[in-house]
Amino acid sequence: MTQAQHAALMEAERPRPEAAVEVERLRKEFSLRDRRRGRLARRRRIALDGVSFAIERGETVAVLGQNGSGKSTLVRLLSTLLLPDGGTARILGHDVVAEARAVRRLVNRVSVEASFFKKMSAAENLSYAARYYGLTAGQTRGRIPEILERVGFPADRRDEPMENLSRGMQQKVALARALLTSPVVLLLDEPTTGLDPRSKLEVQEFIREIRATHDSTILLCTHDLNEAEILADRVGILDRGCLLALEPAADLCRRYGAATLEEAFFAATGREFEAEGADDDDREVLA
Amino acid sequence: MRALLGTMRAELVGAGGVVERNIYLTKRYIWWDVAWFLWTVANTLTIVFIAKGVEATGGSLDVNRTMTTLLIGAVVWAYLGILFEFLMETVAWERWEGTIEYTFMAPLSRAMHLAGQGAFAILYGLLRAVFLFAVCAFLFFDLEMRSAQFLPAFVVLVVASVSFIGIGMMMSVLPLISPEKGTQLGFVAQGTLLVVSGVYYPVDVLPQWMQWIATVSPATYALDGIREAILEGQGLTAMGDELWPLAVIGAVSIPLGLFVFSRGERYAKRHGKLKRSG
Repeated sequence: MTQAQHAALMEAERPRPEAAVEVERLRKEFSLRDRRRGRLARRRRIALDGVSFAIERGETVAVLGQNGSGKSTLVRLLSTLLLPDGGTARILGHDVVAEARAVRRLVNRVSVEASFFKKMSAAENLSYAARYYGLTAGQTRGRIPEILERVGFPADRRDEPMENLSRGMQQKVALARALLTSPVVLLLDEPTTGLDPRSKLEVQEFIREIRATHDSTILLCTHDLNEAEILADRVGILDRGCLLALEPAADLCRRYGAATLEEAFFAATGREFEAEGADDDDREVLA
Repeated sequence: MRALLGTMRAELVGAGGVVERNIYLTKRYIWWDVAWFLWTVANTLTIVFIAKGVEATGGSLDVNRTMTTLLIGAVVWAYLGILFEFLMETVAWERWEGTIEYTFMAPLSRAMHLAGQGAFAILYGLLRAVFLFAVCAFLFFDLEMRSAQFLPAFVVLVVASVSFIGIGMMMSVLPLISPEKGTQLGFVAQGTLLVVSGVYYPVDVLPQWMQWIATVSPATYALDGIREAILEGQGLTAMGDELWPLAVIGAVSIPLGLFVFSRGERYAKRHGKLKRSG
């Protein structure tokens, strides 16, 4: 990395006072079984290695990385679902460890698995989840049908069990669940992975609409290069727990002398985007 | 002050959300619950029939009294099973469905989350326990209970429930620590609690060391109180010896349960155990 590149990265990582998300030298590691060394042997595996960056209010940042690169670990740390082993993370100035409850009021998340009580309907799943955020039945009675309609969920399927819905439909309900609580920071962890092309486009279109109509700050973790390019203001490359770059897609390509984001990714990591990491058996834990 | 009231209101709404979720789930799984209830009836009958069996094989005992004693033990066992099951599900079922991360990242305090879960467990458990008792006592055995005081017995069970919920909170952390085997350990706790508490026999017949443990088990006082009300016809005023220990154990077990759960949650967040990975 040249001195100019290093300075540009430092500038991107520098926490700003107006930042919605501030991450400084964030570190997380897990203890994993090491079958190669015996039944009881364990080894440390670094999921995030001193990651620093800031996201301004209203900004959309995409983080690109292969499976096991630490994307989901980052999202879980920001959602207060994991405790860091070092460094700090703040949402609108609130520390994710010391002020976890304040952070929880500000963030919501859509993950790759649309997790719901499968026997319950979309309306029931949204209803009880909204209560956890202090929204009363009176507040959600009109809002749930309205928000389901906005994400393109058919009104006549509102009371159908979730298990009868397609993955695409379930993901729309997941988006509705996240938006129902009006989060200031929306964490999207591979929201379109595994969706058919049409559902994928619909979800991406809706994310675009959120960007245009809400004051939300969005962190989008994805391994879809095109998705990152079209949805984000800036794109980061996360590789084996290290954030290698974070800047607008065009700047990223320019910096690595690449014609496409895929080439830039290859130049930054030294690996093909589709190639899996060396420690693929760790992906389940780190993904 | 307004902020505090707002927070308290949000917390109560959140606890109501836990109850609401359980109502939805109970509605959706109602036929499974009916099947489970039938199993509980069958299990209770096998225990209560022991008294008739002893008489039939030449034993000398007050059959009606012994059957009622056994029935109370079996109903309390079933009730405790429901409470622990619901509290263990706080973690286990949510891990299975994958919703646990969404629940744990919501701004609802863990105390109110568990309170909501406990409140539903008590309501549902009481309903099932009363129904189980009525079905077995009057439909199957036509037991003689002329002097029974049902209301005091019910109050004792409600007061004991606070302590049971505290213990259940401690148990419910087990699936966080061991996703595979944690739930089964809840049954171990249930059995252990009842074996030292005189579930089908007086505590006096136990070895001394078990009797010592019985003095700190809320189930001991619950079983004593309920039997006194139903078999001896005693009212609440005569139950100070049962109600005071239950109140004290409840006052200790709830904060202790919350503390243990919070430590378990912290452990799970430190080691990445919240996520469902198999």
